[in-house]
Amino acid sequence: MFGKLTLDAIPYHEPIIMITLAMVALGGLGLFAAVTYFKKWGYLWSEWLTSVDHKKIGVMYILVALVMLVRGFADAIMMRTHLAMAHGDGQGYLPPEHYDQIFTAHGIIMLIFVAMPLVTGLMNIVVPLQIGARDVAFPYLNSLSFWLFVGGALLINLSLGLGEFAKTGWVAYPPLSGIQYSPGVGMDYYIWSMQLSGLGTTLTGVNFIATILKMRAPGMSLMKMPIFTWTILVTCVLICGAFPPLTATLAMLSLDRYLDFHFFTNELGGNPMMYANLFWIWGHPEVYILILPAFGVFSEVVATFSRKTLFGYASMVWATAAIGVLSFVVWLHHFFTMGSGASVNAFFGIMTSIIAIPTGVKIFTWLFTIFRGRLQLNAMTWMTLGFLVTFSIGGMTGVLMAVPAADFVLHNSLFLIAHFHNVIIGGAVFGYLAGIIYWFPKAFGFKLLDRFGRYSFWCWLIGFYFAFMPLYVLGFMGMTRRLNHFDNPAWVPWVQVAVVGAVLIGIGIVFTVVQFVTSYIKRKDNLDVTGDPWDGRTLEWATSSPPPFYNFAVIPTADKIDAFHEAKKNGVELMPAPEHYEPIHMPKNTGNGLIVSAFVIAFGFAMIWHIWWLAIVGLVGAVVSFIVRSYDEDIDYYVQPEEIARIEQAHHQTKANAVVQA
Amino acid sequence: MKEEKYHRCARWLLMAIAFSALGGCDWALFNSKGQIGVEQGNLILISIGLMLIVVVPVIVMTFWFGWRYRESNEKATYMPDWAHSHKIELVVWGVPLIIVAVLAVIIWETSHSLDPYRPIESDKPALNIEVVSLDWKWLFIYPDQGVAVVNELVIPEKTPVTFHITSDTVMNALSIPQLGGMIYAMGGQRTQLNLIANEQGEFFGQSGNFSGEGFSAMRFSTHSVSDDAFAQWVDKVKQSPEVMDFATFKEVGEPGEMVNHRYPIYPVRYFGQVEPNLFNTVIGQYVTLKDSHSTAMHEAAQVQE
Repeated sequence: MFGKLTLDAIPYHEPIIMITLAMVALGGLGLFAAVTYFKKWGYLWSEWLTSVDHKKIGVMYILVALVMLVRGFADAIMMRTHLAMAHGDGQGYLPPEHYDQIFTAHGIIMLIFVAMPLVTGLMNIVVPLQIGARDVAFPYLNSLSFWLFVGGALLINLSLGLGEFAKTGWVAYPPLSGIQYSPGVGMDYYIWSMQLSGLGTTLTGVNFIATILKMRAPGMSLMKMPIFTWTILVTCVLICGAFPPLTATLAMLSLDRYLDFHFFTNELGGNPMMYANLFWIWGHPEVYILILPAFGVFSEVVATFSRKTLFGYASMVWATAAIGVLSFVVWLHHFFTMGSGASVNAFFGIMTSIIAIPTGVKIFTWLFTIFRGRLQLNAMTWMTLGFLVTFSIGGMTGVLMAVPAADFVLHNSLFLIAHFHNVIIGGAVFGYLAGIIYWFPKAFGFKLLDRFGRYSFWCWLIGFYFAFMPLYVLGFMGMTRRLNHFDNPAWVPWVQVAVVGAVLIGIGIVFTVVQFVTSYIKRKDNLDVTGDPWDGRTLEWATSSPPPFYNFAVIPTADKIDAFHEAKKNGVELMPAPEHYEPIHMPKNTGNGLIVSAFVIAFGFAMIWHIWWLAIVGLVGAVVSFIVRSYDEDIDYYVQPEEIARIEQAHHQTKANAVVQA
Repeated sequence: MKEEKYHRCARWLLMAIAFSALGGCDWALFNSKGQIGVEQGNLILISIGLMLIVVVPVIVMTFWFGWRYRESNEKATYMPDWAHSHKIELVVWGVPLIIVAVLAVIIWETSHSLDPYRPIESDKPALNIEVVSLDWKWLFIYPDQGVAVVNELVIPEKTPVTFHITSDTVMNALSIPQLGGMIYAMGGQRTQLNLIANEQGEFFGQSGNFSGEGFSAMRFSTHSVSDDAFAQWVDKVKQSPEVMDFATFKEVGEPGEMVNHRYPIYPVRYFGQVEPNLFNTVIGQYVTLKDSHSTAMHEAAQVQE
């Protein structure tokens, strides 16, 4: 009846897990009680859970990401503290079967369930506004993408209290991840949580390519798009190129595990190296999927707060596109050490180092935007400056590992760990944090308190250097990754310093939470009534904050780069209020995405635990509810001119009141 | 008073430098005991130096521009619409391009000269060692000496060593950081790694790729010794009555038991005799081998190309 699932699947004997579960249960119960007490279930359902509004979906993505960040960080601090104790005679406090789950979960959570939703969240909130559109091309698909992603997140969190997670490292190379060496459900949790969120991401990619290519405001040719939108366009092309191979690879691994196929086994003609190739054909573009949107954020932030046009727009666009193309021809640099021939290694090494050219161009482009500008120092620009310094170092160590002969000694060492945290924290995380602060007033109508943003930045920055510079040194000392115990006394002080860094980063995360809470409490002092709190340059600042659900009452014309800035400069109203508003065509909310996803979650869960009847129910349910939705014709409506006039009037009134008060 | 303070500062500074210099000695990669490792270490330093040509200016410019063009500095030039300069764009594309071009030549050259498959030039013939990674230990077979050892590697100094590597379990990587690079060990596959020790000494070895719960226990010592000592050691191993045949091999390959939540390191174990062709038998479990002679010939031909 319940496949492999029995009560033994709950890890009663692991105090760390049981305490965590108790806290999660208490928190969940509290949340449930609060929503019930305040009678907010109806509001939650009709305004958020069933919403197809890209802004709300974006906010929900970021909310989930921040919750998952806390879990991913808890994993990180456990790894660092354990390793600081587990040397010589010390045992640390995590047995290998637990420790191995933790570093695997840390990788998957941070990449797939923190960084990816931050990217998708930001693009959801910003892109339609930035191109002057009223929603994405396929609003229902967008909701479905989100709920599929939530399904993945749900499964990976279930693995904490029900069974186990993969113990293979986040790359999950077979044969270790095959059924022979990983017979437990952990690897299946890995597969299905990745598959669900991966499907969601692929659909998001399709959705945003269509949105950006087909729904731009009149006059906005490709070479007049804001840079953030450009980076998202390239990101989505990468998603559509890279995620299907991941889906296929994991499907092949599933066939190996479930039906005794031999794609990646040692024996019977299987070839585990093929998995490494396929995995990194996704894996390498994936890191550019993470970093390009951050590059986009920096481009917006640096131009806005230098009060200056972005330097070298065309260079920036071409550099972004070049990085996108090159990211598909470098995957082998992740395994020079598997014994490919010298010429093959050299080819991939050279292709990798070529990526440094467009990346270098971008760095200089930001620098020359600051040059002869008037740089306002706030949390966002501090993050940009911190990024420029830190990312350059991370880029350098990355190119270093692209030199095959050097990589032979650095491969899989802590030097590698230091490198990719260097570019992810120093690049992607700073970008996302800056992006959240930058667009927060647009999404919520009030600004975040800058002070806590700066505190958070400094904790992250100093924490990063303390946590990962020692790892560079340990890499040079020959220490390999994923050790849960070591004997070399020379490594000890460096491992211990890294703990200090992890704690500092933890304080940085706390400051981010404090920033949200205090800003919410003091929101009245920081209201953004104009819709343009930063003196912005692009279309999203032309509408109110938060924008009405239809975004723009009148679609603006954007025939210049930074059209909004140009209009302000020339004293022209970008969207003059017309005599009569036209009716606006909008999609209706739908709970169908949530329902399809619920069936898919049931399917994934059933596959993990071999509950075959439930798997059939889940799959059939998902397909049927999707088909039902396809035949539903009651999916849209028109917002009537009177309602638009009323909403716009109210906005103009608040704006006028604010001017009077000022 | 003040002078004393300076002295104290200077003392601290000197200590710090001395400490970091001492620390430097432990940095296996810059204090390599093998020719390959020395060259790889130099390559790392050259590459870093080359890239610093761009990275240092970027860092300096970040501080400089960030300070100079801060909002409150009214004296700095402000050109809000200045967004294009052919000269600057030429430089920012050109300089990285030139550096990467130089780096590309270095990559091409060193990928070939430091190819792990490339036999190391020496007047001495290379010592062949067959390596099998197991759960969670290393088996080293000395085919020409007819002995096998678990978790200990002994090599004569200044003699090229050719490791033939495979795995009877999941992927691992044979890694002796103080001698040079690593190469993966994979089931059903034979990979190769050529290293040489420049001097005598004891160096740590490990697996460079995560392989499961006992991964941390895959440590072994590498002893680089004189030719005489090596011969004596081989004799000592030969004294061992234990025979490494396929059945024993499978028994050694069992994962073992955890003690105190940790897989203990498998003790060093000597085998005075080895079943002939054991290494190929191990690989042959997973793939159909052509007869081993022709395989070896084929490989030799490939290397010469």
